[in-house]
Amino acid sequence: MTQFSDTRLAEVRQIIDRYPEGKQKSALIPVLHMAQEDFSGWLSPETMDYVASLLQLEPIEVYEVATFYSMFNTQPVGSHVFEVCHTGPCMLRGSDDIIGYIKGKLGIGVGETTADGLFTLKTVECLGACGYAPMMQLGKHYREHLTPEKVDAIIEECRQSVA
Amino acid sequence: MGRKLLLEKAHIPGIRSYEVYRREGGYASVEKALRMAPADVVEEVKKSGLRGRGGAGFPTGMKWSFLAKPEGVPRYLVCNADESEPGTFKDRYLMEFIPHLLIEGLIAASWALGSNRTYIYIRGEYAWIVDILEQAIAEANANGWLGKNILGTGFDCQIYVQRGAGAYICGEETALIESLEGKRGNPRIKPPFPAVKGLWDCPTVVNNVETLAAVVPILNIGGEEYAKIGVGRSTGTKLISACGNINKPGVYEIDMNISVEEFIYSDEYCGGIAHGKRLKACIPGGSSVPILPANLLLKTAKGETRMMHYEGLADGGFATGSMMGSGGFIILDEDQCIVRHTLTLARFYRHESCGQCSPCREGTGWMEKILNKIEYGKGQLSDIDLLWDIQRKIEGNTICPLGDAAAWPVAAAIRHFRDEFEWHVKNPEESQQRNFGLAHYADALTTV
Ligand SMILES: Cc1cc2nc3c(=O)[nH]c(=O)nc-3n(C[C@H](O)[C@H](O)[C@H](O)COP(=O)(O)O)c2cc1C
Ligand code: SF4
Ligand code: FES
Repeated sequence: MTQFSDTRLAEVRQIIDRYPEGKQKSALIPVLHMAQEDFSGWLSPETMDYVASLLQLEPIEVYEVATFYSMFNTQPVGSHVFEVCHTGPCMLRGSDDIIGYIKGKLGIGVGETTADGLFTLKTVECLGACGYAPMMQLGKHYREHLTPEKVDAIIEECRQSVA
Repeated sequence: MGRKLLLEKAHIPGIRSYEVYRREGGYASVEKALRMAPADVVEEVKKSGLRGRGGAGFPTGMKWSFLAKPEGVPRYLVCNADESEPGTFKDRYLMEFIPHLLIEGLIAASWALGSNRTYIYIRGEYAWIVDILEQAIAEANANGWLGKNILGTGFDCQIYVQRGAGAYICGEETALIESLEGKRGNPRIKPPFPAVKGLWDCPTVVNNVETLAAVVPILNIGGEEYAKIGVGRSTGTKLISACGNINKPGVYEIDMNISVEEFIYSDEYCGGIAHGKRLKACIPGGSSVPILPANLLLKTAKGETRMMHYEGLADGGFATGSMMGSGGFIILDEDQCIVRHTLTLARFYRHESCGQCSPCREGTGWMEKILNKIEYGKGQLSDIDLLWDIQRKIEGNTICPLGDAAAWPVAAAIRHFRDEFEWHVKNPEESQQRNFGLAHYADALTTV
């Protein structure tokens, strides 16, 4: 069953309190972030319906938002999502090579997940780290100044964290 | 050394914490502001000549004075921390290293505008910065700078951080407001402007992070003093995030009275082009502003030294100049391919178009496809004219300026580097191996 823990529900109430009376729809994006974190890294139709009922919204209001923003996954993803930036400034500093290296190393293409379900590779547009390129987002944090050696270390670190 | 007003203290150990920030003189501007009438704070900002640091450069004091004040209707201040323009990472730096500066500026500005609930809308990817800001807000609350009856003035104010979820368009102020209301980031048709009908249909001011942080030094030294820094209508200091093929990418605070040449080559700033290469081109104000070849970057078309301020970067208009924009300074060295770089930007705008207007939705996709064809050696000469034609038809024909932002980079690339596009088309195989710039542009350039 899709259901937030009591601590999470208290957090949702706190978020709703940030807005004036009757404006709880504003809590939708923050709550979708929480849902994605708590329920396997993606927003299933069931999860979205749960969020809708929680915020007293029509399910369509949730679907249309979930599909608009690139951080929300509406398909399952691996345990570790490599989101590598490939916009101009990162390209100038070798993001193409880094993406090529990750593809080879993990044996997957962009948008794919490894067979063991551990890694998903995505390309993303500028993340505001252009001066520290090439870079990727991994969970909550950025990994910057990437080199093949750093990528190897990150992959190893992810494998360890699952083991 | 240039004058520093925002980052002067960013390197002091522990400045992220309230204790150190306060010990270094933090929150003095709030004490000062709350002893002034709100209208006088607005007046001070007007005197400073501060212009919006989010990209458009609109005078902040004037914007504040447009805020409607109907009886019994709440007003809102929203801080734009969406920072998604490629090449721009200055707001991140400020929030990450000296978060209390933003909180301080927000409290003073909230007082000036009468905002009791103030929101920081931050791009969703900056997740760890949300924690830093929330920590700073909690400290400000605990020390009586936020909450009820601040400093005994009767003024109540709370600041909340709202995360976006990955959408460049939510940096556009009306899309940001939609997003903050829990909707898709579709820009609104203006008028009505947010100053009259913004967040939840109430009068709203949306300002960039750096703009709001600049309110602190303005109040501390006074608007008139602030206006003496810089040149003409480019007053004060500006954060520039420098990236691409330079020795020292990073965030720099400049007083707007240095030359582009100094900024690129001096060790105080970018430290010159990386790997001893030659400078080919630069996008001086974030991906949306026109790219300039090196010879028009260091000197204007009239042969004068080009300066790093609003008027200096715009000298020559779009024919031979560019814009200050968001301060995202992107440098391309002689090895870089203009076609490929332009393609990544076209892809960016296609990806980020909200899809409401057909010229933008269709045009951005079309431009990306054609650039893709040319880049991969399958283009025709007529494609270059077609590209030109498409960007012309997007510009000015859309609800929000994203359409223009998508058109300008393509237009400028063709305007200044048409021969490179042609070379790609005529040499489909060779263009896959090496860059035309090596053969041509680097030699034509003036370097120091
Ligand atoms: C497509 C688009 C994206 C924008 N992105 C940002 C942004 O990320 N940050 C920002 O401060 N302003 C951004 N702006 C400008 C805002 O609409 C608005 O002008 C700005 O926040 C006003 O603040 P300022 O006057 O302090 O600059 C963007 C505008 C457009 C059209
Ligand atoms: S110009 Fe583009 S981004 Fe702006 S409203 Fe139209 S379709 Fe949306
Ligand atoms: S271009 Fe990659 S972080 Fe900006």
